[in-house]
Amino acid sequence: MLNKPWLKEGLTQKEYELIVELLDRKPTTTELGIFGVMWSEHCSYKNSKLVLKTLPTEGECVLQGPGENAGIIDIGDDQAISFKIESHNHPSAVEPFQGAATGVGGIIRDIFTMGARPIANLNSLRFGNLNNDKVKYLFKGVVSGISSYGNSIGIPTVGGEVYFSPAYEGNPLVNVMSVGLLNQKNIATATAKGEGNSVMVVGAATGRDGIKGASFASDELTEDSEKDRPAVQVGDPFMEKLLLEASLELIKTDSLIGIQDMGAAGLTSSSAEMASRGNSGIEIDISKVPTREKNMTSYEIMLSESQERMLIIPKKGKEEVVKKVFNKWGLHAEVVGRVTNDGMLRIFNGENKVAEISAKMLADEAPEYKRETKIPEYINNIEEITSEDIKSEDYNTDLLNLLSSPTIASKKWVYEQYDYMVMTNTIVGPGSDAAVIRIKGKDKAIALNTDCNGKYCYLNPWRGGAIAVAEAARNIVCSGGKPLAITDGLNFGNPMDPEIYWQFKNSVEGITKACKELDTPVIGGNVSFYNESPKGAIYPTPIIGMVGLLDSLEDQTTMDFKDEGDLIYLIGQSGEELGGSEYLKVKKGKADGYVPQLNLNLEKRVQKTVREAIKNNIIKSAHDCSEGGLAVNLAESCFGNNLGVNIEINEKISDKALLFGESQSRIIVSINKNKASKLENIAVKNCVPYEHIGVVKGKQFKFNNLINLDVEELKAKWDTAIEKSL
Amino acid sequence: MKAGVVTFPGSNCDRDVFHVLKNIFEFDTNMIWHKDENIEDYDLIVLPGGFSYGDYLRSGAIARFSRVMDPIIDFAEKGGLVLGICNGFQILLESNLLPGAMKVNDNLKFVCRNTKLTVLNNNTPFTNQYKNSASIEMPVAHGEGNYYIDNKGLKELKDNKQILLKYKNKNENPNGSIENIAGICNKERNIFGLMPHPERCSELQISPGKADGYNIFSSIISYINKRGDKVAK
Repeated sequence: MLNKPWLKEGLTQKEYELIVELLDRKPTTTELGIFGVMWSEHCSYKNSKLVLKTLPTEGECVLQGPGENAGIIDIGDDQAISFKIESHNHPSAVEPFQGAATGVGGIIRDIFTMGARPIANLNSLRFGNLNNDKVKYLFKGVVSGISSYGNSIGIPTVGGEVYFSPAYEGNPLVNVMSVGLLNQKNIATATAKGEGNSVMVVGAATGRDGIKGASFASDELTEDSEKDRPAVQVGDPFMEKLLLEASLELIKTDSLIGIQDMGAAGLTSSSAEMASRGNSGIEIDISKVPTREKNMTSYEIMLSESQERMLIIPKKGKEEVVKKVFNKWGLHAEVVGRVTNDGMLRIFNGENKVAEISAKMLADEAPEYKRETKIPEYINNIEEITSEDIKSEDYNTDLLNLLSSPTIASKKWVYEQYDYMVMTNTIVGPGSDAAVIRIKGKDKAIALNTDCNGKYCYLNPWRGGAIAVAEAARNIVCSGGKPLAITDGLNFGNPMDPEIYWQFKNSVEGITKACKELDTPVIGGNVSFYNESPKGAIYPTPIIGMVGLLDSLEDQTTMDFKDEGDLIYLIGQSGEELGGSEYLKVKKGKADGYVPQLNLNLEKRVQKTVREAIKNNIIKSAHDCSEGGLAVNLAESCFGNNLGVNIEINEKISDKALLFGESQSRIIVSINKNKASKLENIAVKNCVPYEHIGVVKGKQFKFNNLINLDVEELKAKWDTAIEKSL
Repeated sequence: MKAGVVTFPGSNCDRDVFHVLKNIFEFDTNMIWHKDENIEDYDLIVLPGGFSYGDYLRSGAIARFSRVMDPIIDFAEKGGLVLGICNGFQILLESNLLPGAMKVNDNLKFVCRNTKLTVLNNNTPFTNQYKNSASIEMPVAHGEGNYYIDNKGLKELKDNKQILLKYKNKNENPNGSIENIAGICNKERNIFGLMPHPERCSELQISPGKADGYNIFSSIISYINKRGDKVAK
């Protein structure tokens, strides 16, 4: 280690040699630390860039694609939505409360540095099975961390997902998506330009927390990872709330050239990236950075990930405006350096120069690796699962067991700890297909959700990735919206393992295909590799966060059945598909079989049919038929208003596949009985299979002669399952 | 009619209350900064929800020392209407403008959901548009809403009919408050603190079927109209 200083910074010998070659000398300790974080996977995407380039990033609605703090889309009326998803998996694995809390804090800053006021957050979470005490500790800690930070800062947490599977036992996933609203004229950028302009550090003082967190995030979790707890930052939502208000107030004064969050790799990445974007250089005297601890070294100040800080380049002569606004909110705002025109990031400690590196070298010239791929052995061993492979005594019991399996059960225990109503825009909150958030003063709303079935992605990464996009879009459509764009949170194992990289590459290709077909470009995202624990890699989990638009509030639709006598239709077609299902997992305790087919052309037509019917005021409820299959999803639609159903279906598939198979591109809708021909006409016009499958009736859940249960009994099981397993 | 909404550092329902007062009830509405020392000419002052000063130490405990609290206490003593919602209620307790204290929720968790409530006294500036004993719904969102008062204080509250809102029963009570209390006023009836958020349920658009918070604000307007003058000039 002594003779190989690069190892401590997470760099390879080859990378070190490249650094020496680029600098034409040996780096100083501080410089090597700077390279270590900037060339980490977390900051440089060195192992993923080549694959990510294939994602479609352009579209009619895109105002800002990947490359900034967050992407932006147009929603008309000179308004725009900025959104992005980010992971905080490793910090949450060693310190769940702070890890999750600072995950929320970090992504919120990415949104308001774009000039947008964050109006909603969503969380996509994955844990091991709840029968394990460590998992319970992680689950409770993560939920209360999100609750504590999100509630305190006053941004509603309106949706997301929680899955439980042994694949995530040692390495939980905590992905947070934040969504902000802005006027197009207030779009801010993270650029440093104009020689002689000041460079200011604003917000909280810098401490020794989270040093090298970015490097920590770019390594596998081991039994020793607990020792890395100091690499986890500590959040202060109160400070962040002040920073948010001050930043938005400042952006409106038109005094800024650029503004960037100091997130991963803190001062180092923010200064290098801002300079690189503006083809400029930056000089910083770190002795001027407000610190909360004495005797911090230049290495520590440059690599600290203390939270709630920003780097700001004001226009010439506007330094006082910045100070005035930040002082009003009781925050630091100090000039620490200036913009230069020589492209160098130059760090001084008083008179002493401690680092001098080209900003582009740090931000853009990290090596890009083309990683090997290899089909994992397990893929070749996957066999088709047929109805005979699953034994069932009684479908009533099966349905009750499915509804009380934590992945399907109500997430009320989770979301009641989140303030999902603050800001008074939440029309539809958590527990629905997609959250619906109104835009005050306009007859429109946005629909938001996150989606990914890791089991599918494990069994078939390409199809799993494509299904994640298709399902996200289907959910938006069910809530009355038009899908617009996505952000992707790509969570995988160690990219050096060719089998993992194969999963990664295939998932991204699946996402690419679906995004192109469904016309939902990727406007930003996050890659999280090294999600491995001693027990192995997680399921490949490319989480899709989608935003859609309801261009009239009249279109807003929920999944709940509304009135007795309404007819229930299934739009789309059920097949003999039990592979990858939750039913199989609950019955046999494993992910196996062929993932359901996805025909993107049919998917588009199914979505078009439902959207058209909603627009024509035909549909009273719409619910995506996904995990758990038709029986589970019908039951979910019964719970909102405690209504029963009478389902009669003649399908040529097995009872098990009919009840619990997870065929794609299906939507359950209910309509008033005098609208039947109108609905059918729209389906016929779009060449979409449909079937009248039953009627909303009474208080019993009846499905052919297979299931007959009291809705209240079903609901009670579903409602309390998670609480009971804690 | 003029209303002021106080922003403390960490308030986060200030803009929500502002929206409802200004856009739904057409109050002439101002934001009041926590450092302001003069507050003039208001018919109503609202202390909104949120986490003033990060709720550090104890919710509301630091906000009560804000500069703006002196003129608000003056305003209240002259009979001006003061409404404290959630964190605002906590601040009213810490400032001794209302009796009692707030504890952490009995299950130790933050809770956000709709609750069923009963209106106990409709003869006040804040509740006159409800029927007496009306069953209503309003959402709560708090971690410290477990209202407590000693027996003597409780008896006084009851004798003076200061308990305006109760959770309908123990099951509906989200925080374990004594006798399911959700909101109380002072003896003079011009200061009202409650844990539920009326500003979150004053529009049908975001609370389908019911907008039971609406009548809190319409009661205030009706009271001011009848009273016909401004008390706190």
